[in-house]
Amino acid sequence: MAGVGLGPLRTMGRQALLLLALCATGARGLYFHIGETEKRCFIEEIPDETMVIGNYRTQMWDKQKEVFLPSTPGLGMHVEVKDPDGKVVLSRQYGSEGRFTFTSHTPGDHQICLHSNSTRMALFAGGKLRVHLDIQVGEHANNYPEIAAKDKLTELQLRARQLLDQVEQIQKEQDYQRYREERFRLTSESTNQRVLWWSIAQTVILILTGIWQMRHLKSFFEAKKLV
Amino acid sequence: MGSAAPRSASLLLLLLLLLLLRAEQPGGAELTFELPDNAKQCFHEEVEQGVKFSLDYQVITGGHYDVDCYVEDPQGNTIYRETKKQYDSFTYRAEVKGVYQFCFSNEFSTFSHKTVYFDFQVGDEPPILPDMGNRVTALTQMESACVTIHEALKTVIDSQTHYRLREAQDRARAEDLNSRVSYWSIGETIALFVVSFSQVLLLKSFFTEKRPISRAVHS
Repeated sequence: MAGVGLGPLRTMGRQALLLLALCATGARGLYFHIGETEKRCFIEEIPDETMVIGNYRTQMWDKQKEVFLPSTPGLGMHVEVKDPDGKVVLSRQYGSEGRFTFTSHTPGDHQICLHSNSTRMALFAGGKLRVHLDIQVGEHANNYPEIAAKDKLTELQLRARQLLDQVEQIQKEQDYQRYREERFRLTSESTNQRVLWWSIAQTVILILTGIWQMRHLKSFFEAKKLV
Repeated sequence: MGSAAPRSASLLLLLLLLLLLRAEQPGGAELTFELPDNAKQCFHEEVEQGVKFSLDYQVITGGHYDVDCYVEDPQGNTIYRETKKQYDSFTYRAEVKGVYQFCFSNEFSTFSHKTVYFDFQVGDEPPILPDMGNRVTALTQMESACVTIHEALKTVIDSQTHYRLREAQDRARAEDLNSRVSYWSIGETIALFVVSFSQVLLLKSFFTEKRPISRAVHS
């Protein structure tokens, strides 16, 4: 690594700006199209104390040029994250490009919903939005070069750190599996109980109704002097 | 200031290299989304020529746990199409550079919305430090041991994911069964009462309107 920034602070500042500009190109990769008021939800089933990082970038469809504009200021995306109990963990408005992070405190299905909240509704009428999305969960969310720089780790130490993180994720997933299995078992036992009690109850009701019918009809026919 | 400048400069350079390398291929996405009935949802990703990509998908909840899926290359040719599949895995080496799209369709179903999980991996996994990718020397024993362990742990995590999805599917069915047992039992009890009352009323009506013909009484 040559001493590139050995010059004055100004050069380093310019480099930092260049990097920020490169950072601003945002998440690449998978994208999908979303309508104007459409809400798109994704579900992440995660154990507790797991960090989730989501990066997105939006592009608007230009009807005249029939192409997606590279970046569109004024577009907003509303991100809402709900935990398994339905409680809202994160509900924020971001710009046309954004990054959201949350850490789960209860294990289970977290729902991440995105919908556009555009301020330029007129241009948007009938148009569509292209959303690039990238969601990283748990160990994948770690930024290893940053960790290496912060803790001054060698390459081997960094590899070991990655292995430790992976094993930690496996352990958390196993704990979560135990919790899920318990829930499953409770549901099955509840079904078992319900089937048992309802069957007994229905048989009893059937017998009682039969007895009532016969007694009622008997008294009816006796009253009619038929019996 | 003297020692801080070259160190932060090298950090900046490191980050710059990382960003430039991110511009290259390796990537992937693993998402679970809801597919409403009569709907189709498509995802697109740009793939370079010669890069191998794989798509794994599985239906977690909903209806008969099946979905239609098709993959199209940038020229619009369908390279994979399956109907009413519960889960499948598809690998392909991209011949043409461009945007590949894959779509999941629930258009054959009128009232069940489905939850679909898919894992789309493009290329190989990127190294955790950018300059690990272009080594000149061979790996030491420690490093190759680390690589082996890393690959094995990835397999473990993958199988945990598949197990979790299966378990979610079974649990959804069990919870569905649990609530169905309640509703049907209550419904049957009500039906029982209604039928027995109407039986009695009907019989009584036979014998009140006209003179009794026979003395036989059905109970």
